[in-house]
Amino acid sequence: MPPERPINVWNEVTPKSVYLNRRRFLAWGMLAAAGRKLTAGARLEVASKSPFSTTETPTSLDDITHYNNFYEFGTSKDQPAKLATNFKTSPWTVSVEGLVNKPRTYDLDTLMKLAPLEERIYRHRCVEGWSIVVPWIGFPLKALIKQAEPQSSARFVAFQSFFDLRQMPQARWAGIPFPYVEGLRLDEALNPLTLLAVGLYGEVLPNQDGAPIRLVVPWKYGFKSIKSIVKIRFVENQPPTTWNLSAPREYGFYSNVNPEVDHPRWSQAHERRLGDFFKRDTLMFNGYGEQVASLYAGMDLRKNY
Amino acid sequence: MRAWISAKTTKVAVFLLALVPLAWLATHRLGPNPIETITHSTGDWTLRFLVLTLAVTPLRKLLGLPELIRYRRMLGLFAFFYGTLHFMTYLWLDKFFDGAEIIKDVAKRPFITAGFTGFVLLIPLALTSTAASIRRLGGQRWRRLHRLVYVSALAGVAHYYWQVKSDIRGPLLYFALIAALLLWRIVPASARASS
Repeated sequence: MPPERPINVWNEVTPKSVYLNRRRFLAWGMLAAAGRKLTAGARLEVASKSPFSTTETPTSLDDITHYNNFYEFGTSKDQPAKLATNFKTSPWTVSVEGLVNKPRTYDLDTLMKLAPLEERIYRHRCVEGWSIVVPWIGFPLKALIKQAEPQSSARFVAFQSFFDLRQMPQARWAGIPFPYVEGLRLDEALNPLTLLAVGLYGEVLPNQDGAPIRLVVPWKYGFKSIKSIVKIRFVENQPPTTWNLSAPREYGFYSNVNPEVDHPRWSQAHERRLGDFFKRDTLMFNGYGEQVASLYAGMDLRKNY
Repeated sequence: MRAWISAKTTKVAVFLLALVPLAWLATHRLGPNPIETITHSTGDWTLRFLVLTLAVTPLRKLLGLPELIRYRRMLGLFAFFYGTLHFMTYLWLDKFFDGAEIIKDVAKRPFITAGFTGFVLLIPLALTSTAASIRRLGGQRWRRLHRLVYVSALAGVAHYYWQVKSDIRGPLLYFALIAALLLWRIVPASARASS
C-alpha cells in the first residue's frame, strides 16, 4: 500500500515512533493474512538495536522510497518507485564463490538465518551531494564471510547485481554497463559496519531500495552499496566496479566519503539532507571515522579516491 | 491564422502560458528534494525557451508567417527570466551566496563555467531588447550583438551535457534541436554566397 506523504516537504518528517506504530498495526494485519512472506512491506523481526546506530532522525519512508538511484529501473529518481513494482525478488539466490573453502548458493531464507537481524540507523551520503538517514534491517556481511571461509589468497570481495533487460527495460538508456558490479577490500568487507540489508523501517526492503538483499557501506558514497545482489565472489585482485568503468576520473574504487576530495564536477564539502532547507557540512568518512579511518592509515586518499 | 497570430489576445495568452512552469513550481509539492526539482525545472525551461526563440526565424520563413516575429522578443526574455531563476536558485539555495565557493565553482568546473557563460551572455541581450535600443544601436549592430544567443544556447547545452552523470538523452535532444536551428541559418547563407 502506498505510504502517506508528509504535507510539508521541508521539515515535517513523520516521527518514527508514530510512523512505526502505524505501520506495525498494518503489518500485523498483513502477516495474519499472508503468513511470513518475504515480499516488500512484510514485517521483519529485529533481534537487537545496534550501538552503531545514529540518533539522528531517520528520513521519512516516503522519501527513502521515492528518491532512488537504481539505474536498472531508470535514471530519474522517481522512476524506480514506479518501475520496480513488479520486480521479481522471489525465489532469490545468492552465489558465494571464488577463493573460499565453502562456496555455496544460498536461498534468501537461509541467508537471513546466518545471523540475528539488527536495526542499523545509518547516514547514507550520495556522491551527488544529498544524504538521508535510513533505519536498515540486516546483518553484518562478516557473518556470511565467516561461513564461506575465505582462503588466504582472497584479498577483495566482488559483488554483482541482478540484471534482466526484460524486467529492466529502462536500463538500456542508463549509459552505464550492466550487470552492476561493486567491490570491497576484504578488510573493508569484514568491518563491523558493513551490512547486508534485507529491510528498512522494520519491513522487507522495498523493491526500489535494492530488494531483496543489498550491501550497505555507510562510510562510502551510496553507489558502493550495491543493490539486489546475486553474486559475491572472493578474489585476489581489485575487482572492476561499474561507476569506475564508466568514468574512472570521477569515481574511484574506494569512494570513501571525503569532504576534502571534490568530485571533478562538483564540491563534496557540503550535502543536503533530504527534508532540510540548508546544506550541512559533509563529514570525513561520513562520520564513521572512528570505526574505519584505520583501514586507510598511510594511504593518500586524494589518489585513492 | 495570420490574424489570429497578430491578435493582442493571442500574445497575452502566450505570455500567460509561458508563466505556467513557474506557477506549477509554486503550487506543487516538489518531491523529496524540492531545490533540485526547482533547479532542474528552471534549467530545462531556459533551454526550451531558447529553442523556441531560435525557432522563430526559421518558422517565419518555412511557414510563410512573418507575423511570428511578434513573439521572438517575449520568448527570448522568458529564456532570460527562467535562466535568472535558475541562476538565483544556484546562488541562493545551492551555494547560499558563499562567494569563495561560487568563484571556485565557476573557475574550476566546466559545467558551471559553461552555464555561467550562457547566462551572462543573455544579460546584454535582455538589456537591449527594447525598440529604443534597436534604434540607438542601429539594426545591423543590434543584430550582430544578438547573435550572442547562438553562443548562449550552445553553452547551455554544454552545461547540461557536463552536468548529467551517464544518461545523455536529454542534452542530446537539446543539442540536436539547437544544431538544426543553427544549421538552417548557416546553410541558406552559404548557398546564397556560392550562387
